[in-house]
Amino acid sequence: MGAGTSLGRVRGLGAAKDGAHHWWLQRATAVGNLVLMLWFIGSLIRLPSLDYGSVTLWLRQPVAAVPMLLTIVSVFWHFRLGVQVFIEDYVHGAGRIIAMLALNFYTLAGAAAAVFAVFKIALGAQ
Amino acid sequence: MLVSILHRATGQAMALGAVVLFLWWLIAAATGPEAYALFMAVATSWLGLFVGIGLTWVFFQHMMTGIRHLVMDTGQAFDLATSKTFATMTMVVSVLLTVVVWAYILVGKGY
Repeated sequence: MGAGTSLGRVRGLGAAKDGAHHWWLQRATAVGNLVLMLWFIGSLIRLPSLDYGSVTLWLRQPVAAVPMLLTIVSVFWHFRLGVQVFIEDYVHGAGRIIAMLALNFYTLAGAAAAVFAVFKIALGAQ
Repeated sequence: MLVSILHRATGQAMALGAVVLFLWWLIAAATGPEAYALFMAVATSWLGLFVGIGLTWVFFQHMMTGIRHLVMDTGQAFDLATSKTFATMTMVVSVLLTVVVWAYILVGKGY
C-alpha cells in the first residue's frame, strides 16, 4: 500500500492501470474453475467408460457441452492471467514482450481449438 | 512459504502441461475413433497413469491452495498458527482427494 500517488491509490490503479481488474478476474475465474472443474472431474469418473463412444455420447448432450465450453473459457482465461504474473516476475526486458505474445497466441489458439472440438462433437454427424 | 511456491508451480505445470494433454484428449475425441484410441493407449500406459495421477494431485493441490488464497483475500487466517494449519491441510486434502478419485477409477470401475 505504499506505491503511487494518493489519487492513484484512491482509484486502485497501479502503473499498468488495470492491476486491480487483473486481480479481480483471477479470483472470479478461480471460483468459476472451482465449480466447473469439480463438475468436469466428477462427470468424467462417473462415465461408464472413458472410451470414444462414451465420451462423445456424453459431450453430445447440451448439459455436458455447455458446461464444457464454460470450463474452457474459465480455465484458459485463468491460466492466461496466472502465467502473465509468472512472466512479469521472472522474465525481463525484450524477452517479456515475446513471452507475453507467445502466451496470448498459445491461450487463444488452444481455446479456439478446444471450443471447435466441443462444437464438432456436439453438433457433428454421428 | 512452501504452499505458496507449490501454488505457483502447480499452476504453471497445468497451464503448460495439463492443458496440452487436455487439448490432445478433446481434439482426438473430435477427430475420430482412431485418433482417440491413440490417446487412450498412451493415457492407460504406465507412464500415462503416472502422469494422470500426478496431474490429479497437481490440480487438487492448486485447488486447495487456491481456496486458501481466497480465504486469505478476505483478510482472515493470517495469524501464524492458523496459516500453518491451513497450509498443511491443503497438502493432506490434496493427497486424500487424489487417492479417492483414483481408487474410484481403478477399483470402482474394475480396470
